Amino acid sequence: MIKSFKPALSVVALSLAMLSQGAAAAEEQFFPIPGYRVGPYGANGQSFYGGFIDYLNYVNLKEKGVNGVQLTYEECETEYNNAKGVECYERLKSKAAKSAGPIHTMSTGISYALIDKSAQDKLPLAMMGYGRTDAVDGSVFPYAFPLVTTYQMQASAIVKFVKEKMGGDLKGKKIVYLYHDSAYGKEAIIAMEAEAALNKFQLVQIPVAHPGNEQGAQWLKIRQEKPDFVVFWGWGVMNQTALKAAQKVAYPRDKMIGSWWTGSEEDVVPAGEAAKGYMAATWNVAGKQVPVISDIEKVVYGAGKGNLQDKAKIGTILYNRGVSAAVLSVEAIRKGQEKYGKGKALTGEQTRWALENLNINDARLKALGATDLLPEIKTSCDNHEGSGKVKIQQWDGAKWVPISGWIEGNKALIHPLFQASAKQYAKEKGITPRDCSKEK
Amino acid sequence: MLYREAGQFKTTYAADQQLFPIRQDRIGVLVLLAVAFLGVPMFASEYWFSAILIPFLIFALAALGLNILTGYAGQLSLGSAAFMAVGAYAAYNFQLRVEGIPILVSFALAGLTAAGVGILFGLPSLRIKGFYLAVATLAAQFFIVWCLTKFPWLSNNSSSGVISTQQLIIFGHELTTPVEKYLLVLCIVVVLALAAKNLVRSTTGRAWMAVRDMDVAASVIGIKLMPTKLLAFAISSFYCGVAGALYAFCYLGSVEPDGFSLDMSFKILFMIIIGGVGSIMGSFLGAAFILLLPIFLDVALPFFAELFGLPFSSATVSHIQILVFGALIMFFLIVEPHGLARLWQIAKEKLRLWPFPH
Repeated sequence: MIKSFKPALSVVALSLAMLSQGAAAAEEQFFPIPGYRVGPYGANGQSFYGGFIDYLNYVNLKEKGVNGVQLTYEECETEYNNAKGVECYERLKSKAAKSAGPIHTMSTGISYALIDKSAQDKLPLAMMGYGRTDAVDGSVFPYAFPLVTTYQMQASAIVKFVKEKMGGDLKGKKIVYLYHDSAYGKEAIIAMEAEAALNKFQLVQIPVAHPGNEQGAQWLKIRQEKPDFVVFWGWGVMNQTALKAAQKVAYPRDKMIGSWWTGSEEDVVPAGEAAKGYMAATWNVAGKQVPVISDIEKVVYGAGKGNLQDKAKIGTILYNRGVSAAVLSVEAIRKGQEKYGKGKALTGEQTRWALENLNINDARLKALGATDLLPEIKTSCDNHEGSGKVKIQQWDGAKWVPISGWIEGNKALIHPLFQASAKQYAKEKGITPRDCSKEK
Repeated sequence: MLYREAGQFKTTYAADQQLFPIRQDRIGVLVLLAVAFLGVPMFASEYWFSAILIPFLIFALAALGLNILTGYAGQLSLGSAAFMAVGAYAAYNFQLRVEGIPILVSFALAGLTAAGVGILFGLPSLRIKGFYLAVATLAAQFFIVWCLTKFPWLSNNSSSGVISTQQLIIFGHELTTPVEKYLLVLCIVVVLALAAKNLVRSTTGRAWMAVRDMDVAASVIGIKLMPTKLLAFAISSFYCGVAGALYAFCYLGSVEPDGFSLDMSFKILFMIIIGGVGSIMGSFLGAAFILLLPIFLDVALPFFAELFGLPFSSATVSHIQILVFGALIMFFLIVEPHGLARLWQIAKEKLRLWPFPH
């Protein structure tokens, strides 16, 4: 009993000491994190948010923050549940009023629920590779950023890859689009349809009901259809089930390409032998050979401040993706400080400007040790995506091997779709779009 | 002493028939309403409005709907979330497709649409009872969610099936702040709760209770089973539908069919079980318990963890929360199977005798 009081007392003493220092305290940049580590997708969240937080601590340890501004964060558990996500956002909001980094929800549903609120509260919402994808049009969505690339651009890039593999022509070929029957799975349909019309291939859409651990009927249909390729849009438990089911009906795995949420170790390792040869899109490579990842392990875990309990997850796809999200967020803070004053924390409004004026080129990525964690990215008011490039990687049974360079989706085909959808949204909500030519 | 009713004589039929026959109750309700309408908007923070009070009122309304069906009419249902989904999507579509329709009219129509769907799924109740009926209403849960994903027209051809609700404009004034939304939800919930309170002591309500207690006996004394049961389904779904519309428009602002999952139906069922089956107030108490306890634990656990120097991550907190929650539900059901409303009733009886218990 006495023993348990000792740390309690020291906490009180410490907090008193910190209070008295309060006035002279250094600037702090706050990151609100509505994340998830339990619930149906908890395994994915653990790696992603572990990587995200590790990088924030890495910057604190290595450079004493961004120009002396310490990075702080608070995590709130959403369990991937929309209502809980809103509750978390509201709870973190008051702290984010002073300074706020981009908010990563890693959930399309929660992002949808927050889009209007965050614009009202002037807090930037980062939806890296997911979310309301027509927010690429920043004139209607000033505070929402589907950064790096979107589902539609990814689908288009995958079709481009398949086309190259088939000798440059898809005419008369058949592609099955097998998807999670939810907001996430449906978003890419519009791009697949546009590509089918353009490249004259036959598109067969097959939905799988949530959570997707029963796919017998779908794969029988695929066997009947004999498609030349299967483009696969799964999430969570659905992915390993699909790989096993494909093995059962003897559909070749090297003719399956998944989206970036179907291409992590969590998806292929449980499928075992069935996953060998399977391909997936990604915008970050796995492994510790990326300098910043091995450095995080050295610096952060060396200091005993690592966020992951299971250190084996360092260097996995989703961990590295979490780091890539953090790299981008921290670079945004750096960019913002250039305009609004070095050594000062940025408000949400200022971070928004920074996210809209990002310019991270290969040289900068190399300097950060983050080559291949992100493609080059350059955002603007009318392009909140900034890149639209993915790589294709293949599972060799033990690790993910990148098998292509950066592939850019068909921007001329896809981006007008976003603008049309954004325009409709603006009309429904009575929003007057900004004039992007006047932004700087 | 506090609840001493001696001296309160009812000399007219009107006095005998009023909604709250005891003077203390009347005063209590008026004070409560005054606090809810005036006190709370003055003191509560934005977080309280958007993350706690609004969802509390909305879920209380949905629980009220289920309580009418399950608590008063004795028909077990597992489809409440689906009826909420019908309400949410119906209100969205009425706003979208009917030019210039007032938002309150859309809410009412959304309730009526849900009532229609509720009647359809209530039809099996004419033949089956209890658990079997619960499984039949489970069909509503799956069918409606499937339907909303299947037909893109219902979500205005949104590529993802997610709808983003329109502005809330009442008499030319746009409601944007959480306080305004709270007051709107509060008004609707108060009106519907008083209506429900009135309804359950009317002929209809007494017929429901007769059917609940023994349907054969009820039909022998001349209560027509079919209209009685279907009316219970209709009114219950109406309440759930309005709750769903409010959930979409005043709380989340954007919903997807998957959001109205079986989990949510269970949550609403737990609310009435914990709060008290067959009690209007129980619906409110249950909603408060189920919604507030996790948030309370969420905030309190890390605080205590820090106090005692325990290494808690947010994931651990979430696990402990589920654990404590489950344990508390079991504890409550063992100690007081009739729910929180029964505890209040006991308290009231004690207050009548206080300070001289016998």
